[in-house]
Amino acid sequence: MDWMQFIWAGLGNGAIYALIALGFCIVYGAMGIVNFVQVDFVTLGGMFLYSVAVTAGLPVPLGVVASMVGTALVAMAVERMALRPARTANHLVLVFLTVGISIVVRGAIHMVWGKNRMAVPPLTADDPVRLLGAYVLPQTLWMMVLTLLAILALVWFFRGTPLGLAMRAVASNPRAAAVVGIPAGRVRLAAYAVAGACGGLAGALVTPITTLSADVGVLLGLKGFAAAILGGFGSFPGAVVGGLILGISEALAAGYLSSAYKDALAFVLLVLVLAWRPQGLLGR
Amino acid sequence: MNARLVHFVWSHRLGLLVIVAVAMVLIFPLVTNNPYTLELTNRIAIISLAVVGLNLFMGSTGQISLGHAAFLAMGAYGSGVLTVHAGLSPWVALLAAAVLAAFFALVVGVPLLRLSGHALAMATLACNVVVHHVLLQEDQWTGGPSGLAGIPPLSVGGILLDNPVQLHFFVWGVLLLVLFGALNLVRSLPGRGLALLAADEIGAACLGVPVLRVKVALLVLSAVLAAVAGSFFAHTYGYVSPDSFSIFVSTDLAIMVVLGGMGSVWGSVLGAAVIILLPEVSDAAETYKEFVHGGILVAILLFAPQGAMRAIRQGWQLAVWRWRRAHATA
Amino acid sequence: MLRLEGVTKRFGGLTALDGVSFAVAPGTVTALIGPNGAGKSTLLDCLFGVQRPDAGSIRLGERELVGLSPDAIARLGLARTFQNLRLAPFETVLDTVLVGLVARQPFSLWAGLLRLPATRHTERAMRLAALQALDRLGLAHKADWPAGVLAYGDKKRLELARAIVAEPQVLVLDEPVAGLNRVETEAVASELRRLRRAGRTVLLVEHDMDLVMRLADTVVVLDGGRRIAQGTPVEVQRNPLVLEAYLGQMEVVA
Ligand SMILES: Nc1ncnc2c1ncn2[C@@H]1O[C@H](COP(=O)(O)OP(=O)(O)OP(=O)(O)O)[C@@H](O)[C@H]1O
Ligand SMILES: [Mg+2]
Repeated sequence: MDWMQFIWAGLGNGAIYALIALGFCIVYGAMGIVNFVQVDFVTLGGMFLYSVAVTAGLPVPLGVVASMVGTALVAMAVERMALRPARTANHLVLVFLTVGISIVVRGAIHMVWGKNRMAVPPLTADDPVRLLGAYVLPQTLWMMVLTLLAILALVWFFRGTPLGLAMRAVASNPRAAAVVGIPAGRVRLAAYAVAGACGGLAGALVTPITTLSADVGVLLGLKGFAAAILGGFGSFPGAVVGGLILGISEALAAGYLSSAYKDALAFVLLVLVLAWRPQGLLGR
Repeated sequence: MNARLVHFVWSHRLGLLVIVAVAMVLIFPLVTNNPYTLELTNRIAIISLAVVGLNLFMGSTGQISLGHAAFLAMGAYGSGVLTVHAGLSPWVALLAAAVLAAFFALVVGVPLLRLSGHALAMATLACNVVVHHVLLQEDQWTGGPSGLAGIPPLSVGGILLDNPVQLHFFVWGVLLLVLFGALNLVRSLPGRGLALLAADEIGAACLGVPVLRVKVALLVLSAVLAAVAGSFFAHTYGYVSPDSFSIFVSTDLAIMVVLGGMGSVWGSVLGAAVIILLPEVSDAAETYKEFVHGGILVAILLFAPQGAMRAIRQGWQLAVWRWRRAHATA
Repeated sequence: MLRLEGVTKRFGGLTALDGVSFAVAPGTVTALIGPNGAGKSTLLDCLFGVQRPDAGSIRLGERELVGLSPDAIARLGLARTFQNLRLAPFETVLDTVLVGLVARQPFSLWAGLLRLPATRHTERAMRLAALQALDRLGLAHKADWPAGVLAYGDKKRLELARAIVAEPQVLVLDEPVAGLNRVETEAVASELRRLRRAGRTVLLVEHDMDLVMRLADTVVVLDGGRRIAQGTPVEVQRNPLVLEAYLGQMEVVA
């Protein structure tokens, strides 16, 4: 069953896109901007995993946790040191600023980890398992399971914790949130931390399959953004559905149409959706 | 110095600047005929062509394009493929490539420029990724990752532009013409409208600036200038490869614009020159390229969002102003 | 004749304008007053195509304005100022006023790029017109200052100069003297009187009742998005509904 094979691959990648898309949406909710640094959060996730699991030789699961924590810390530093000092409220300037920060972070990654391609170990052994008539890598299953767990954790965070509720309030009506005294600075910081953790997890999960390099996050991250746009930018369920749709259509396109243009599909879709359905495929 | 001289210089500042610029271009090959230096300055002129266009677009509409390397690529590969594979003459190829870029900008721009905010930034970025991908994949035409060689040079009036001195006069001549047009535009009545459009879109619209049409027109203009720059690039080096047109090149172009100052015509040349010359000044600038370029962008946006050229100009205006005031009361 | 009929605008659940109708006779000054949040600025935005009304029609002569873009409306001979200043901070005062003439010409980037002698000639004439407009509002001596460094009162009058420089058929002003001192207010008042003598039509949104009473031929009162009164300044001043609208607000403030 060929198509089942493609569906598995698509769901795995789709989960990664969904995680990255969620990162974009969380920062967008808190600040109203597209955060280009999200792209580098993905790379950083892979890099931290490499340092913990390969360089230090510690267990891989520990490396995944370290990726999330480490990237979240970097994200918080980015917000505190580079975005907060900007005294402008002009969104385009802020977006541009994140472009600049993203380039700087990439430079820092080059300096710390070098420019070579590296191999990162998966969470568990590499032998494919047979599931529903197709072979699946265990890592692909981990991607789906851990993404699902992350989504559940996010749901709990945004519905059950005061900070999460504050963030939702800011996202739905920033002015009203400011009036009732929700601390905007803390919300932004938290948004960056959560977005960083999402990106770091995505990077730690996907780099064992893609191999790791300093630019690995760029393409993945932009595809994550495309997923967010497909689902309607800013919408959390939209981000997840958009990610899965993108992952599966990529896998099917690679299998049945042309594997050469698999990587371009997301971007063609991105332009088409922006041009003709800026509210996303699912939006009203 | 007396007050009248200062007044004369001040009121003819643009004309004088143009004369000085022309004179410098004419004299430069006499000062140095080092091919290495001329290659650098020629590259500055070619890239400046694209940056001036991008600056007119970004500086007037307040929109960001992160994909202008795609238009550069259309010019370069349009010229390359049409001359190498179709045997067209370089000028015809250049024209065809420019038309292609204009058409592409129109198709992308009309729907996207209706939206506000980040839509255009992301869409241009996506277009750039797709174009870059096509360059890599269609190797029977583009040569794939190893690039396309054997592109013939341009010729003007029977003279083949194949040495750095001739190229110098040609590319700087074209750049000066474009700069002159851009300065005219900025100083004209529509140009005043564009300055307001950059600062306040609703204000400009209510005063009669046809916002959507202007945005699309400027995107097309900047695409054509980028395509022409790309064609010059291809015909100058005879060789093009996909690496010269990645999204990182697009961000570099945008950094040049911000460095010089959005909406500042001379600033475009300054921005291009600084970014191109940095690696010559220090090896570290090449080794830590991302760090330096990203750092410049962040620093400018945080501390001098009006850009270097505006900051210089404001300093100079302040000086002239003080001087005039001192002499008016004396 | 500028005629509004049943103009309605909703923002989500809030009805900012609720079937507003009135007419502005040519050559008169019509004042639009009402407490904060009454919908005055929203009405001007609908008039200029910045907001699209959910219902109703706005006609200039026979021409329907609803559905036109702001720049098309400007080209029909309407000009306006804004409650919150809309200026380009780095442009000089003179250049800022010149923008007011953009609607007088076809907007052509080509003409700008080439800057033919004919263009240069008209630009000289326009510069003169701009200086005159500045002069009438007492700003001519600051013509080469960057607009961003002006004091608030100067910026406000600069916007007015930009709106009047093209001698528009209909001039629409959103609180032109808010925040101005007595002398500056007087400059604006005398300019408005001059415009009326010259046969221009003015729609004036203003909280300064003194100015409204002195200048307006007709006063229209909005409250909560509805037109609650219309008449001469004296009539409106005596209208109990108007008193209530304003007093009600004062109680809230007090
Ligand atoms: N873009 C918008 N989105 C949502 N609500 C809006 C918007 N613009 C205006 N409003 C609301 O519409 C109502 C009318 O506002 P408007 O600015 O027209 O009042 P105004 O009469 O000009 O008041 P003021 O005298 O304070 O200038 C207000 O309640 C305002 O909050
Ligand atoms: Mg108002």
